[in-house]
Amino acid sequence: MQTKKIINDGNRAVDEMLEGILAAHPRHLRSVDGSPRSIIARDGPRPGKVGLVIGGGSGHEPTFLGFVGKGLADAAAVGNVFASPPPDPILECAKAVSGGAGVLFMYGNYAGDVMNFDMAAEMAGMDDIEVRTVLTTDDVASAPLDQRQKRRGVAGNFFIFKAAGAACDLMLPLDEVERVARKANDHTFTIGVALSPCSLPQTRRPNFEIGGDEMEIGMGIHGEPGIARGKLGTADEITDEMLDKILAEMAPKRGDKVAVLVNSLGSTPLMELYIMNRRVKQRLDAIGVSIHATWVGNYCTSLEMAGASVTLFHLDEELQAMLDHPCDCAMFRAG
Amino acid sequence: MTIGASDLKRMFDAIAVAIEADRDRLCQLDGVIGDADHGIAMALGFNAVRDALASLDLAATEPTGLLNTAAKSFLNAVGASSGPLYATAFMRAAAAVKGKAELADSDVVALFQAMAQGIRDRGKAETGEKTMVDAWQPAAEAAGASNAAGKSLAESLQAALAAAERGAEATKDMIAAKGRSSRLGERSLGHMDPGAASAVTVIGAMQKSLA
Repeated sequence: MQTKKIINDGNRAVDEMLEGILAAHPRHLRSVDGSPRSIIARDGPRPGKVGLVIGGGSGHEPTFLGFVGKGLADAAAVGNVFASPPPDPILECAKAVSGGAGVLFMYGNYAGDVMNFDMAAEMAGMDDIEVRTVLTTDDVASAPLDQRQKRRGVAGNFFIFKAAGAACDLMLPLDEVERVARKANDHTFTIGVALSPCSLPQTRRPNFEIGGDEMEIGMGIHGEPGIARGKLGTADEITDEMLDKILAEMAPKRGDKVAVLVNSLGSTPLMELYIMNRRVKQRLDAIGVSIHATWVGNYCTSLEMAGASVTLFHLDEELQAMLDHPCDCAMFRAG
Repeated sequence: MTIGASDLKRMFDAIAVAIEADRDRLCQLDGVIGDADHGIAMALGFNAVRDALASLDLAATEPTGLLNTAAKSFLNAVGASSGPLYATAFMRAAAAVKGKAELADSDVVALFQAMAQGIRDRGKAETGEKTMVDAWQPAAEAAGASNAAGKSLAESLQAALAAAERGAEATKDMIAAKGRSSRLGERSLGHMDPGAASAVTVIGAMQKSLA
């Protein structure tokens, strides 16, 4: 049986969504003439500033294009559902935001994204735009710590992009922006749990099977299988299991500061996210780690998947300043 | 008998039909170990190729130009992983037959081998890593060996298809080392790689169309 969706045509879903987004946020966003999948911040790109281009597949809204705006990303290249954009829209983003100080590509570490963004970077190089790349690898469930470079980028993108965007907005040179971006990635730890699948608009069939009483810890934001499947626990048990994995790696000391993101994968409601966040606070209080800021809601989704992720951003003075730096995007504002 | 631009166009049309018919199976294979979109991406790509080639003046197009048009249209329609991989395959195929208006059997085999090499290079993958290379690489080797032994194009492509089928089947016993499913470890065992499965479909359509 097909899943129920409010769409017109599965093959047109991404383009029709973009039309709706541009209609809703004309003050923040525009598309490049002749390249409708290249979404640019109206206020942001400027001479002498490193341009920040993010992007990836659709279906994760508000990631990626919701984080395009002054103080955060200058552009997002938009792919099909769960599929990397091809090189052309990425290249158009790079050209549109290049202010002569170089361009940073940031996106989650997936084979398809790497191939397409690398091809776009080569093409930008031929146009004399210097491009650097920082891949996000915050999903602690997706590979062991000693293979961190193999990990996926998931909801922690939110903090990593935020820090890099602030560094760009502060007019730091490309080397420094890249350093801040890599550091932010190294300080970001995410793990997700999935309760029920999502379905692509083109197939309208659940993209994986899971028992009515099961959950999968570590599932990726495209429904990639995680590290363990088990019986659905209570909110506290689930949150504990997730935090145990994160804290084991992050190894915070008493008195350290973190920012927290409790993110819905799509259909899990705020009620459940806040119940999880209650437990996050209890656990962090118990080990003397203070919470500088918390975000709870839909930040990096997987269409209508049920489930949630928890991200901790391990702050130091510099990263805290980047996090607190103001930004004004279509779907997110700070400061 | 030689192969010209209009034969290659018919070949791409045949691939588009075969992939479209196989779309849901490929999505289901991908859903088991990936993100369930492989059939969609492949169908999108080959339908875009068919549409782009339909607007070419075949009388004024050499195989190289046609293959480059296929590469660009596939890439821009798809992105994803299959976009750069197949686009590179077609660009390498284009380079392999540059300057030739009509392709002899050995040229078509060279084109086929160049496709496989392009996929390997772009994906930085080797056989045994549970990817489409596990179908393409043995297929290219089989076609080359058959051609070197003096067999006809039909026989060489038949050998390639048989090797691709064995290669795809063998991915069931492999642990993924590349792409999204590589994070699964041993849980990828027992499942055929969707990229290898679609490679068999593509090679099968090529074989039927060109033989």
